[in-house]
Amino acid sequence: MANMNLYSRGDRLFVVANMVLVGLFTLSTLYPFIYIVSVSFSSGFAASAGQVVLTPIELTLAAYERVLSDARFWISYKNTFIFTIGGTLTSLLIIIPGAYALSRPQLIGRRFWNFFIAFTMWFNAGMIPFFLNMRDLGLLDSYFGIIIGFAVNAFNIILLRNFFESIPRSFEEAARMDGANEFQVLWKVYIPLSKPAIATITLFCIVSRWNGFFWAMVLLRDENKVPLQVYLRQIIVELTDDEEFVSATLSAVFSYETVSAAIIVCSIIPVLILYPFVQKYFNKGILLGGVKE
Amino acid sequence: MKDKLIWLNKHFRREWQIYVMLLPVIIWFIVFLYKPMYGLQIAFKDYSIFRGIAGSPWAGFEHFYTLLDSDQFLRAVKNTFVISGLSLIFGFPVPIILALMFNEILHQGFKKTAQTIVYLPHFISTVIIAGIVITAFSPSSGVVNLLLSKLGIEPIYFLTKPEWFRPIFIGSGIWQEAGFSSIVFLAAIAGVSPTLYESAVVDGASRWQMIWKITLPAIMPTIIIMLIIRIGNLLEVGFELVILLYQPATYETSDIINTFIYRQGLQGGQYDLAAAAGLFNAVVAFVLVITANMIAKRYSKTSLW
Repeated sequence: MANMNLYSRGDRLFVVANMVLVGLFTLSTLYPFIYIVSVSFSSGFAASAGQVVLTPIELTLAAYERVLSDARFWISYKNTFIFTIGGTLTSLLIIIPGAYALSRPQLIGRRFWNFFIAFTMWFNAGMIPFFLNMRDLGLLDSYFGIIIGFAVNAFNIILLRNFFESIPRSFEEAARMDGANEFQVLWKVYIPLSKPAIATITLFCIVSRWNGFFWAMVLLRDENKVPLQVYLRQIIVELTDDEEFVSATLSAVFSYETVSAAIIVCSIIPVLILYPFVQKYFNKGILLGGVKE
Repeated sequence: MKDKLIWLNKHFRREWQIYVMLLPVIIWFIVFLYKPMYGLQIAFKDYSIFRGIAGSPWAGFEHFYTLLDSDQFLRAVKNTFVISGLSLIFGFPVPIILALMFNEILHQGFKKTAQTIVYLPHFISTVIIAGIVITAFSPSSGVVNLLLSKLGIEPIYFLTKPEWFRPIFIGSGIWQEAGFSSIVFLAAIAGVSPTLYESAVVDGASRWQMIWKITLPAIMPTIIIMLIIRIGNLLEVGFELVILLYQPATYETSDIINTFIYRQGLQGGQYDLAAAAGLFNAVVAFVLVITANMIAKRYSKTSLW
């Protein structure tokens, strides 16, 4: 389409109007981010009086000083890193060999195992039995519970299994000749050939770990174990109802609004750093492979 | 029989490694997904923490009768379908339109930049979305009320008004997902044969006509499949965002099945009743998904896709 000639005036008008509309949609996607960044750099007084629209009013770093000197912020940030790194590694360690096994034609009961896994995408016991199960397993309030309890899902396994299946068997023949066992074939042949699929799953895991809040909120009672998102929720959602806190921070150099905006910015930064890599791998092929399933 | 055993013995001796690889996955699914299904029986029991799942006495369909008599539960079912239906009506066309518009942009740099930006909200956490909404819609300090006041409108307490919950919820959903969802349709558009456009140009078709006569019909199978998938997942309302944004003042329009389960079960400790509501939810969702899958399969067999 790109190098197509523009023939009529109507077409030219259409192209320009289209560009303007896409531009507007893009700006309206971007605006909330700009707004939050501006609030975070504004003075508490200006923010709580509702003066911020586009740029910071009475530029100050007070909110960031407040956030970065808060021990709970750093603890929850550290916890998020533990859950993200530990959780992602655990996921890969279980998913990659599992998907490989499921892609092997000689596996007995292959159809059954595939159904066994796919079934959980259609039917789920739900919130309460899952919670009671975690409690009965003694996994409340534990790092390990969060890391292992959400390590696997059917979608990621199926995505990777499909990718393994699409690799021609001829690639492994040389390794087989050299007497490689299944672990070696997976490690030396399939994993290197599946980099885009594994990268996609890794990124799915990282993003969902980084952003996960609901089960962390439900399963973790100890304030020193909760991740950033749970801490963020306490600040943003719970404290808006807490008049004492709101009035205590009012008209200071920082305010409730600027502090929560600053935490939001701090928690988005790692996502922004990772984003270019994410984008590179979310190409159409892999996404469509997932959608088709 | 004996031959089979000998064969199996040989098979496992030779292929034991792939079973070792499969084992962690199987154990994980049993411990974390299938064992809770066994626990679902508390929906039919008077569950007591001390007696445990197996030891609690049976209660038959008691909890289901309670639910069907409960205005709160019926309201939650209704709200789930209404919110989901409205998101479908307002949200489903947006990524399609967006994909068509992206496709008509000739300036590659502009297109790339715009795409980079509109995909981004997909990767932002629900808590942050809620934080942005709460900050922007605050009656005293939010930008929305600031702009309204410039128009001479009194501040509105958006998040405490039942009539505003759905527009805000659905709007933030579109803001977050429309861009990313357009990828599927863009991929479908990329698969349309360029010769179709070339011959249309020869015939003097305008770009507008080409969208309607070539692009849209060509991606119709994808649109229909995506629509079927969405209808199959009708019960999947993003309940995390609801939990973060709703308050007792807006329950009338905002309380959905999953938030009802969360309040009754995890906050209120009525595990058996909440599990019954969850089972109801899971069964309806299962029927919807299976039906949708069947329709999708039948459809995609007869179509090009």
